[in-house]
Amino acid sequence: MINQQSPFIQKAASVTNIMLMVILALVPGLIFYVYFFGVGVLLNVFVASLTALIAEYFVLKMRKLPPKVYLSDGSALVAAWLLALSIPSIAPWWIIVVGTLFTIVIAKHFYGGLGSNIFNPAMIGYAVLLISFPAIMTKWPSPIENSLSIESIRQALQVFFYGLTQVGDGLTSATPLDYIKTELLQGQILPDITIRNVGLATILTSNQIISLAYLLGGIVLLHKKIISWHLPITYLLSLSFISGLFHLIDPNNYSTISFHLLNGGTMLCAFFIITDPVSGPTTPKGKIWFAFMVAILVYVIRVFGGYPEGIAFAVIFMNICVPLIDNLTQPKVFGHG
Amino acid sequence: MNIIDTIFKFNGGIKADTKKSVSTVRPIKKIKMPKQLILPLRQHVGKVAKLKVNIGEKVLKGQLLAEADGNVSAAIHAPTSGTVASLEKQLIPHPSGLPDYCVTLIPDGKDTWVEKKPINWKKIDRKETIKKISESGIVGLGGATFPTHLKLNNNNEVKTLIVNAAECEPYITCDDMLMREKSAELIEGIRLALHLLGAQNAIIGIEDNKPEAIEKLALLIKNDANISIKIVPTIYPSGDAKRLIYLITGIQIAKGKRSTEYGMQMFNVATIIALYKFIHCGEPSITRIITITGKVRTPNNYEVLFGTPLSDLIIDAGGKASQNGSFIMGGPMMGYKLPSVNVPVTKAMNCVIDAEPEMIENNNPVLPCIRCAKCAEACPVNLQPQELFWFSQSNQFEKAENYNLFDCIECGCCSYVCPSNIPLVQYYRYAKSEIISDRYAKEEADIARERNDFRLERLQREKEERAKKIAERKANTSSDEKSKVIDEKRKAITEALERVKQEGVSEKND
Amino acid sequence: MLTSVLVVLFLALLIGSILGFSSIKFKVDGDPIIDKIDSILPQTQCGQCSYPGCKPYATAIAKGEADINQCPPGGEDGVRKLAELMGVEYKPLNEEHGAIKPKSIAIIDEDTCIGCTLCIQACPVDAILGSAKHMHTIIEKECTGCELCLPPCPVDCIDMIAIQENTENWKWKYPVFNIKNQKQRVSH
Ligand code: SF4
Ligand code: SF4
Ligand code: SF4
Repeated sequence: MINQQSPFIQKAASVTNIMLMVILALVPGLIFYVYFFGVGVLLNVFVASLTALIAEYFVLKMRKLPPKVYLSDGSALVAAWLLALSIPSIAPWWIIVVGTLFTIVIAKHFYGGLGSNIFNPAMIGYAVLLISFPAIMTKWPSPIENSLSIESIRQALQVFFYGLTQVGDGLTSATPLDYIKTELLQGQILPDITIRNVGLATILTSNQIISLAYLLGGIVLLHKKIISWHLPITYLLSLSFISGLFHLIDPNNYSTISFHLLNGGTMLCAFFIITDPVSGPTTPKGKIWFAFMVAILVYVIRVFGGYPEGIAFAVIFMNICVPLIDNLTQPKVFGHG
Repeated sequence: MNIIDTIFKFNGGIKADTKKSVSTVRPIKKIKMPKQLILPLRQHVGKVAKLKVNIGEKVLKGQLLAEADGNVSAAIHAPTSGTVASLEKQLIPHPSGLPDYCVTLIPDGKDTWVEKKPINWKKIDRKETIKKISESGIVGLGGATFPTHLKLNNNNEVKTLIVNAAECEPYITCDDMLMREKSAELIEGIRLALHLLGAQNAIIGIEDNKPEAIEKLALLIKNDANISIKIVPTIYPSGDAKRLIYLITGIQIAKGKRSTEYGMQMFNVATIIALYKFIHCGEPSITRIITITGKVRTPNNYEVLFGTPLSDLIIDAGGKASQNGSFIMGGPMMGYKLPSVNVPVTKAMNCVIDAEPEMIENNNPVLPCIRCAKCAEACPVNLQPQELFWFSQSNQFEKAENYNLFDCIECGCCSYVCPSNIPLVQYYRYAKSEIISDRYAKEEADIARERNDFRLERLQREKEERAKKIAERKANTSSDEKSKVIDEKRKAITEALERVKQEGVSEKND
Repeated sequence: MLTSVLVVLFLALLIGSILGFSSIKFKVDGDPIIDKIDSILPQTQCGQCSYPGCKPYATAIAKGEADINQCPPGGEDGVRKLAELMGVEYKPLNEEHGAIKPKSIAIIDEDTCIGCTLCIQACPVDAILGSAKHMHTIIEKECTGCELCLPPCPVDCIDMIAIQENTENWKWKYPVFNIKNQKQRVSH
């Protein structure tokens, strides 16, 4: 840097460090994911990362930005990981590629690249996939007994390259969110909806353990001050509050707090998705409002909407409101009123 | 005496590696008389001082060289006896790197004082003393260099004197060392300042990383109920005036207000000692303490005469006074890079860092802002630096002002924490400079417009007056006479024409 | 079906009337447009725009008779501000009206001056002091640098001197850093 002015010293925090920490914090969740559901998710993550880096490289070249500098910021990787973790692990390879390309090229760079994308890129990629390929995007894996055995790895590879049709539907099952929604729609009440399907019961516990692993990663991020507490804490509290409220009013039709907190992408959303700085609000109060609104929307979509999980839509919708939120929640400047 | 512990914490701030201990191991040092002293005529906020001596004149130590021009200005005195050699533009410590008018003084080596006139402040009127102080050349020695007599002379009633001993910037230790070595003078100075301000009590605000100074001061004020010490945590920028007042009293000085409107006035420790020296010993402001630190072999504090070449100090501290080196004046957070090592010590120069290359050449790439708001968390003024940055870099100055750009104290906390490595403060400085020069141009344009309007009006008036005069004259001459005059004129013209024609004809005939 | 159409219609009407109402209610009675334009112009009064001063040029712009890019002392920035005010596209300065020069002031060589007062008559801001047969001086602070006093001077004793950057008028510059690391500067 020429013409250097003060300050002449700097804290050694860089965007690269932040993004790396986020990725590391995802690892515990990923490990349990593999343990319960097989190596499919690893393939997802790998292909998504690769696609993201290649796509990023070419877009940067096209935009005449130095690829070395910008690739090393790690933001493309984080988006790729989040997308890969949101997609069912039994999705075929091209779904991942299409989703990642959309995430990087359209959702990130069409909006101006790092720092300028108004929407959370991973959520845009996810939403586009969900709308375009609903059949694939709603098929979730059933737990695998021995996820690291040669046999299950072979199966995962097969699914990955040829799609489910080649292997058969025996591998899939509904998610608990999905299952309960369907049952409720058929007029059942919650106490009666015992999970008959053994597989589903294991899914429930596996999901809970994965969620707790994400929570662990999230706590590390909080501790390292990489994310501010406002977003995850408000999000989890609000979701607990609204689900608790409905459960209290009508336990027959509305699931418990813990069900909502430990199922679907709640933890991923709380610590990794809404904490994306670029597409989120910057003021402390704004963060609280943002997280609160996302929580409400997620609940509403989960319980009353057409999709079993509503994180992507809730986040995208709230992304639009960010400038407004920021504007209305400007903190009081020192010495002003 | 009491030591107060409760503090009111402001938003953000940073905890940087203070690097202070290296320059506090040795006592304050003096160096031998330099070959020449270079004294810039503006070393303070306000108007340039007016030169009062002639080139070639012999002056004595402490003699007035240039006097304050108007109220917001400060005098300059000869730091030693010698000859005034020249008045010319020379490099000065200024971020622009541009030269400015300086007096060069060649010391005669005798260091003879003018007659010192201590002031018996207990006997004479306070206003009288303050008036004398306006001739002392004392300015805020913390770096702000605002003329001190103006701060003593104010219309609001001041109850509390706050002594700024926080010294929050990394590297700088001149106030710390001053407090350790001149604690008695400081306390005497505080009593004097209390008297001059008409204030009742004084609070010394000091960061908890100066235990030795705290101990010394505490001992001295044991029996003084009017002076207390408030220890504040070591968080930069606790030494910023408004932040320190808040830390100590919990009062936020509103934008555009002065602390005196809240019954408080703040002085830096070095300024108070300068006041003490002027009143008790009759010595005007001709020296200061300066920290020389950084790459030099023996970082140290020096008591130096103003005008001493910085290179002398760097060499004495075991550094290389080469043109290739980089020297930072002030602290690493708010200081600026000096244009050269060949600049004189001025009233504002509290510290010079012989900088490691990595302080100057930051080779980390600058990435786009990721809106992480780390800067907002660190901003002691609770601004939104990322918004200020956005509007400053795109030249949307009005919007930047709406986001309170001018509340920014340029402390650098935001740049310090920014993970994208954006030189945020540079953008704010740029935007502020542009806005200020725009305002100035606007003022000038307004004056020009007014003067132009005035002139047009004047011309109009003159025209009307002339027309009126002609009309009056016309009215006085009768219509008969008028027609006669016209007839005569016509006749003359026809005659002339005839003549020309004939001449023309005759010419042709020739 | 019908109800929904009605509801939409009703909403449209409601919102429309709110908008209409507020635009009347909150209408700002600003300065007349000529004054606004005039306040952007630098008041050099040099006439390079081919009008006899800043105000006449402002009037001409307001009437649509003159283009916004005829004022060299105002510079590119001035054109930009005018474009924004008038709601038209920015265009580069018209070079027919002269090039942008650094701001200067006039200095009279007092030894050569014969005291003819011609420059005084030319100066649009009365920045020149002096009376007949006495040498003249220019009040530095008032001079706009319009150069109008140069042509009338019979002995060519007036010089334009560019204002130098000094420690008082110096400005912090736009941050520049290593090109390979730099994000494109966003234009205004
Ligand atoms: S710290 Fe830097 S990257 Fe983060 S919001 Fe502030 S300016 Fe942007
Ligand atoms: S430099 Fe200005 S914006 Fe940045 S932290 Fe300091 S006061 Fe806040
Ligand atoms: S002195 Fe000359 S250049 Fe200056 S304003 Fe008057 S006429 Fe213009």
